[in-house]
Amino acid sequence: MSKIHVTTTINGDESEFLCTPGETLLDALRNRLGLTGSKEGCGSGDCGACTVVMDGQMVCSCLVLAAEAQGTTIDTVEGVAEGSELHPVQQKFLERGALQCGFCTPGFIVASKALLDHNPDPSETEIRYWLAGNLCRCTGYDKIVRAVQDAAAELRQERTPA
Amino acid sequence: MNAPESKRAFRYVGTRPVRPDGVEKVTGKAIYGPDYQAANMLHGAILRSPHAHARVRSIDTKKAEALTGVKAVVTGADFPTTEHIIMAVGESSSDLVHLSRNCMAQDKVLYDGHAVAAVAATSDEIAREALDLIEVDYEVLPHVLGIEEALADDAPVLHDDVFTKGVNPTPDKPSNAAMRVEMGKGDPEKAMADADVTVSGRYTCEAVHQGYIEPHACVSAWDSDGQVRIWASSQGHFAVRSLTAKILLISEADIRVTPLEIGGGFGGKTTIYLEPVATLLSKKSGRPVRLAMSRAEVFRASGPAPGAVIDITMGANKDGMITAVDMEFKYHAGAYPAITAHSGASSALSHYTIENSRVIGWEVLCNRPGTKAYRAPGAPQSIYAVECALDEIAEKLGMDKIEIRLKNAARPGDPNIMGIPQGEIGYVECLEAARDHPHWSAPLGPNQGRGIAGGAWGNYGGPSTAQVSIAEDGTVLVTTGSPDIGGSRAAMAMMAAETLQVPYEKVRVAIADTSSIGYSMVTGGSRTTFATGLAVTNASNEIIENLKGRAANIWEVNASEVAWGEEGAVCLAEGKTDETMSLAALAARTTFMVGAIGAESSVNPGGFLPGVGVHICDTEVDPETGHAKVVRYTAIQDVGQPIHPDYVEGQMQGGAVQGIGWALNEAYLYNDKGCLDNPGFLDYRMPVASDVPMIDTVMVEKFNPGHPYGIKGVGEVPIVPPLGAVACSVSEAAGVRMRDLPLTPDRVHEAMHPDD
Ligand code: FES
Ligand code: FES
Repeated sequence: MSKIHVTTTINGDESEFLCTPGETLLDALRNRLGLTGSKEGCGSGDCGACTVVMDGQMVCSCLVLAAEAQGTTIDTVEGVAEGSELHPVQQKFLERGALQCGFCTPGFIVASKALLDHNPDPSETEIRYWLAGNLCRCTGYDKIVRAVQDAAAELRQERTPA
Repeated sequence: MNAPESKRAFRYVGTRPVRPDGVEKVTGKAIYGPDYQAANMLHGAILRSPHAHARVRSIDTKKAEALTGVKAVVTGADFPTTEHIIMAVGESSSDLVHLSRNCMAQDKVLYDGHAVAAVAATSDEIAREALDLIEVDYEVLPHVLGIEEALADDAPVLHDDVFTKGVNPTPDKPSNAAMRVEMGKGDPEKAMADADVTVSGRYTCEAVHQGYIEPHACVSAWDSDGQVRIWASSQGHFAVRSLTAKILLISEADIRVTPLEIGGGFGGKTTIYLEPVATLLSKKSGRPVRLAMSRAEVFRASGPAPGAVIDITMGANKDGMITAVDMEFKYHAGAYPAITAHSGASSALSHYTIENSRVIGWEVLCNRPGTKAYRAPGAPQSIYAVECALDEIAEKLGMDKIEIRLKNAARPGDPNIMGIPQGEIGYVECLEAARDHPHWSAPLGPNQGRGIAGGAWGNYGGPSTAQVSIAEDGTVLVTTGSPDIGGSRAAMAMMAAETLQVPYEKVRVAIADTSSIGYSMVTGGSRTTFATGLAVTNASNEIIENLKGRAANIWEVNASEVAWGEEGAVCLAEGKTDETMSLAALAARTTFMVGAIGAESSVNPGGFLPGVGVHICDTEVDPETGHAKVVRYTAIQDVGQPIHPDYVEGQMQGGAVQGIGWALNEAYLYNDKGCLDNPGFLDYRMPVASDVPMIDTVMVEKFNPGHPYGIKGVGEVPIVPPLGAVACSVSEAAGVRMRDLPLTPDRVHEAMHPDD
């Protein structure tokens, strides 16, 4: 099968890979680029474990064709921390015990950061509906929602000059 | 909000530090089952039966084998003949022949999705293409899915060698009734006749999947000298080893299983599905082989918790003393005999003292995947009926629903249904905490109802091994054989830190492969923090003794004249009382003076105590649509001494929401051919964040005297009360008693508007 050549920017770095026409972006990230932080829980857009941000838009990478990534900018969980400095969302997930098995966590981290990037002060309901595309079977969501609330508060504080 | 703090002063136990494996999990670095890749690895795929019940006449794999890129094809014929021996699978057990045939069907397929053949190829696409080239000649047989239908005289029988266990004499005709258990005491018939009030009802609930987000996956590499390496995520890599070894007739020392991070299990990953298949593919191809399930495969072919039909009659006197219970429940076993009915029967009444009872349980075979453990296996279903019946009695008597439970609650020392006295259980304290919680007295809004239910689970100890060693700089390494599903590395580090009196950050925890540490049973049954934690504590104590001896040698005093504290070894001998020697100083001598500092402990502890919990649930029902939404939820549980409260609360919250899903949404939908119509998260609807409120938790901390840190298992109980709590809440909100779960909008609507 002839392969498609794709050039894209992933977590700020120029990347290229070859993929088959039917291959998903999730498979390309995981199997061709070694970015296994994005997880496959369903492959059908129902669990959010594969969430990435593509040209500023949150997407399920299992529903995007790898070939569609041509010329786009993609941010994955591997790019959320700045070097070794954790993003407040990551830090609050740790402090709140918002992960148990941690398999859903990359998707929640990417989705939560995307929420706070455009809504610095979400209500509990807004958080719950924003994250409704991400399944977590372990936590019952309580600590996840609280971690996002804490991260939002911290980010607001960081943004407000003292 | 929490119950009053425990009196015991600990430095680390009971605090909430960041877990040692946290950063790698929030940054996407942790390697889970589906993430692992071996060099030169092939990609495997499994062909699954499209029929619920069929005889496999023949399988022709020639075309698949001829496809370029295909390196191996495996069918049931490649599996060695095994004997009917009973193997431990988690806390449960299974016949080895059934375990093997579940990995790959031999003469018959027993459910939609049953594996019939597997391929390994140079790419995933080629492997899938090859599956299409395998020709299976099926003789389709009539199938049966429902419990009552499977027990009918003319039902298709799944196994011609299963004769009901637990009836005397054993029947000479095979049937789908795999097992019957009966427990009880007193004279329930007479007591029922004498009761002031009685209630009777039939309660049902559906089979539900554990719903772990990580699908099953493994890589296996067989070498020509007969040694096998397996990388897999599971709740117990020793179980993966022993089951694979027994199925493939390989010695256990020849299999080395490396545990990968596990993305949820809840009991469902205590068994094996893929590992023997991947190993055979690797043996045939000579290369490592990866197998991974899709979500649809997880739903079609891995084991759910049983659905149930439960008939219960309960009698009480005017004061609300329950005088008699007579119940008979039937559980789905799925395609192979299971033993969940046993724990269902022993748990059903364990949190109450009831003088006269009879509990009969059945395991019923049907053409669905074999059932597996799912948090407190067997308990949620039977206790659901008990709690609802109690609710009905309270209603009849006009009694407060907590008062009636307090009146009948089992207290420490009370015998359970098997006559064994209960230990330090805190059911009364949980009920009192529920009564005192603001939730219980808060006003309800229109169309809202409040339900309360209790529940218990026996918990477990089981074998565990742990090593603790001190690095040359005095930092501490803990190694266990217990996969960490929900923060147990943190708990292990905290117990080691507490015992050795070193800072938590100085302790690191590794989970070793099966060749690098002694046997440990699965992470399940709420046993890990309890039993593996005890092994860690014992090994740490042994190290302290060893270090005291080393310090005594240096100081030329008796070891009995050395104490251990935060500062390290402290000399108590006269004239030398200001001598201390830190752990780091003692460790620094490792390299040139004395040997390495380390200890291993293998335990199989008794002393575990049942967990008990009480949940309060408010729902609001939309009278137009019948949609029920949980608007407030409180989970109260006797957790013993919590080691890391975040992860204890997390178990309570997660289990509660799983139970809410069971009660409100989740169910398998089979079509008339017996094929699963909803093998995905879109139509198998697990709760999402917007479906549930915050889950308030109250940890009742009743110390377990049988454990150095007072631990009681906490992982199972939280899924027990929700079924009853939600059902009673919706019943109150809807104004009509709802006895069939899940309480989907159509059901609730119909119950509210019977004349529409
Ligand atoms: S894997 Fe993409 S949404 Fe589940
Ligand atoms: S932490 Fe396990 S699925 Fe969310």
